[in-house]
Amino acid sequence: MRKIALVLLTAVSLAAQHEATDAKYTKTDIGIGNRLYIANCIYCHGPEGDQISGVDFTHGKFPRSRSDDDIVKIIRDGIPGTGMPAQKMEEPQIRTIVAYLRSLPASAGQALPAGADVARGKVLFQGKGQCTNCHRAQGAGSYFGPDLSDIGMLRRAVELDQSLSDPNAVIMPPNRMFRAVAADGAAIPGRILNQDTFTVQLIDSKERLLSFQRSALKEFSPINTSPMPSYKDRLSAAERADLVAYLLSLKGIQP
Amino acid sequence: MKNVLSIAFATFAAVSAAPAQVGFDRILQAEKEPQNWLTYSGTLKSQRYSTLNQITTGNVKNLELQWVYQARSLEKYEATPLVVDGVMYTVQNPDDVVALDPVTGRVFWTFSYTPSPDSRPCCGRLSRGVAVLGDKVFIGTIDARLIALDARNGKPIWNVEVDKPADGYAVTHAPLVIKDKVIVGVAGGEYGIRGHIDAFDAATGKQVWRFYTIPGAGEKGNETWAGDSWKTGGASVWVTGSFDPDLNLTYWGIGNPGPDWNGDNRGGDNLYSDSVVALDADTGVLKWYYQFSPHDEFDYDAVQVPVLAEIPWPGSTGLRKVMMWANRNGLFYVLDRANGQFLLGKPFVKVTWMKGFDEKGRPMKVPEAQSSREGTLIYPGNQGGTNWYNPSYSPATGLFYIPAWEDYSSLFVKQDAEYVKGQQFGGGGPRNLTPPVVAGGFNYRKEGEQYGVVRAIDPKTGEKKWDFPMSDVTDAGIMTTSTNLLFSGGREGYFFALDARDGKLLWKATLGGRVTSGPMTYSINGRQYIAVCAGSSLFVYALRQ
Repeated sequence: MRKIALVLLTAVSLAAQHEATDAKYTKTDIGIGNRLYIANCIYCHGPEGDQISGVDFTHGKFPRSRSDDDIVKIIRDGIPGTGMPAQKMEEPQIRTIVAYLRSLPASAGQALPAGADVARGKVLFQGKGQCTNCHRAQGAGSYFGPDLSDIGMLRRAVELDQSLSDPNAVIMPPNRMFRAVAADGAAIPGRILNQDTFTVQLIDSKERLLSFQRSALKEFSPINTSPMPSYKDRLSAAERADLVAYLLSLKGIQP
Repeated sequence: MKNVLSIAFATFAAVSAAPAQVGFDRILQAEKEPQNWLTYSGTLKSQRYSTLNQITTGNVKNLELQWVYQARSLEKYEATPLVVDGVMYTVQNPDDVVALDPVTGRVFWTFSYTPSPDSRPCCGRLSRGVAVLGDKVFIGTIDARLIALDARNGKPIWNVEVDKPADGYAVTHAPLVIKDKVIVGVAGGEYGIRGHIDAFDAATGKQVWRFYTIPGAGEKGNETWAGDSWKTGGASVWVTGSFDPDLNLTYWGIGNPGPDWNGDNRGGDNLYSDSVVALDADTGVLKWYYQFSPHDEFDYDAVQVPVLAEIPWPGSTGLRKVMMWANRNGLFYVLDRANGQFLLGKPFVKVTWMKGFDEKGRPMKVPEAQSSREGTLIYPGNQGGTNWYNPSYSPATGLFYIPAWEDYSSLFVKQDAEYVKGQQFGGGGPRNLTPPVVAGGFNYRKEGEQYGVVRAIDPKTGEKKWDFPMSDVTDAGIMTTSTNLLFSGGREGYFFALDARDGKLLWKATLGGRVTSGPMTYSINGRQYIAVCAGSSLFVYALRQ
């Protein structure tokens, strides 16, 4: 009898394991889930999914759920009595978040090296790296490039390292650069802030908020490469790790 | 003393016109009284074309804001108001009805309605408008009821059930009045409903006929649904129909089959989903149909108001009675509206799901045109080449105008779907390959990415005549006038006038909220007005005096 119970237990546990890993998710699902995670989950769970005690998505630690359906239920209904709220999302959307969470352990080994140092990274950010020539963090630096004051809330170490080594790999739409050419021929490159059918809004390298009527421009066209240089050879791997450690420490400014 | 009284009465009458009886003969000949806008699409032909001619291509630049009605609702404002003998009737979402002075915007009365908590419309807690007949105003509600109000004070006269809101049924479009009947269809195609169109006696609210948009067991067309899938096949109605009095046919667009994105368990063409149906207006009996998208897995619907016109057609003597239709599936169609004969079908935006038509006018799908677990990339995407946005046909230019989405695609992903009464029954959904380039009110778009456009088509050939491209996509309807004006807008909050002959921009205003409705026009005491909803408000313009 005991033997039967043990066999049953093994079967149940195998079934549960099977259920947990059965779902096949596409790159598209994972990409969409990533965006939804950033928009809805990252504030509490953090980019690596390890900001809540006892929970660590990157290492597959889901204390209250085993199967994908369990996770869907938790995201949809929330957990009463805790800080986990119910999300107003349809199930297909929730499934993409599950896809993203399930994809995280594959990059668990690419986390920050143990010796990476925030203080050294800050010195690099403000000095040798010349990052503040374009970027702003914690109230200092240029307004021209993307403000990085809360980048540690939005990106994982692996993503930041990729951006440092290959800035053209992923350029998010809000970070796109455009070139506006005025009637007098003067070319003004700038980061796009907004646009519509009749107007465009940019911030230029002189940190001016500019708005143009399209009809007053000779040209308005995208610059498809990032103005940021690659740091693959400019900094050593250890320096890049320090810089990433500093960027991950940027969690926004509380006024 | 008598003279004084007469003067006093005359003055009173001038500022407070008593609502006249709106007999059906007036609605039938609405084009003869262009100062009014008596039915949702202007006339029963649904051309959204007005012969009011005070505002012209020469003076439209002098349009000036007259008044704004700010609705107490933040829901999308998709309604087109009616104007009847000096009174404007419109909605305040979800289902309030408001009577206003069309000159000043002052409110005469409001009918406040709280829909049942069971109501669950998938795509907006809203109404697209009301209908009038006699001394009554009619509204269909998101809890699937039809209510008749006294046009003079907004008090309900009758209130009847169309269907059960807890099962996913709703009414979101303006009712259509034909003769002594009020006709509505039900929304709910995302909840596994079985759609229907119902006619009610305008005097009593008693149901006169019902047409099921999915044939029942034993009925012709039921064989186009595998097994019992017809029972939960959706096929809802989102927008108002049209009417041809000579043929006594009323035409309606029917929505998607359910589950939307997974057709595995509903093998077959799934009639009459994604079709136009022509019904006998007295009995609701089907006279003909044409299916635009057989066995749809892309939520294409047939979610447009049928536009009726008489135009020259090759091989026809005199003018031919046609129906024009720019479908969400990206194709522009011309059908013979007497018998449903397919006359023309041509893409008006980038289309990849089909490669032409067979000799009977049935689309030839490409083999990969089906949703899949990993996602299938298809143009147009889920929102369509156009959507429910009102198109317009101008007899003055002979052109058909479409609010369109160009270069727009979705990945169609299939998932399992299990029917649970009253729950969403989608079976997957659309995905986008890239991060959105327009998000949170900010637009970072580059050339080559999807955009909105007012597109003019020659209906005789389906050829594009001109484009007015926008940086963002559009949800705005279109209205044209006999003075060659075209009014529309877009998501960016611009409301604009174009020259209907060449698409040249003549005037624009910034309304600060998405234009999500069809514009309309009316005239009071010889002054022409243009009305449009944007954001959560109604804006009214006239020429500067």
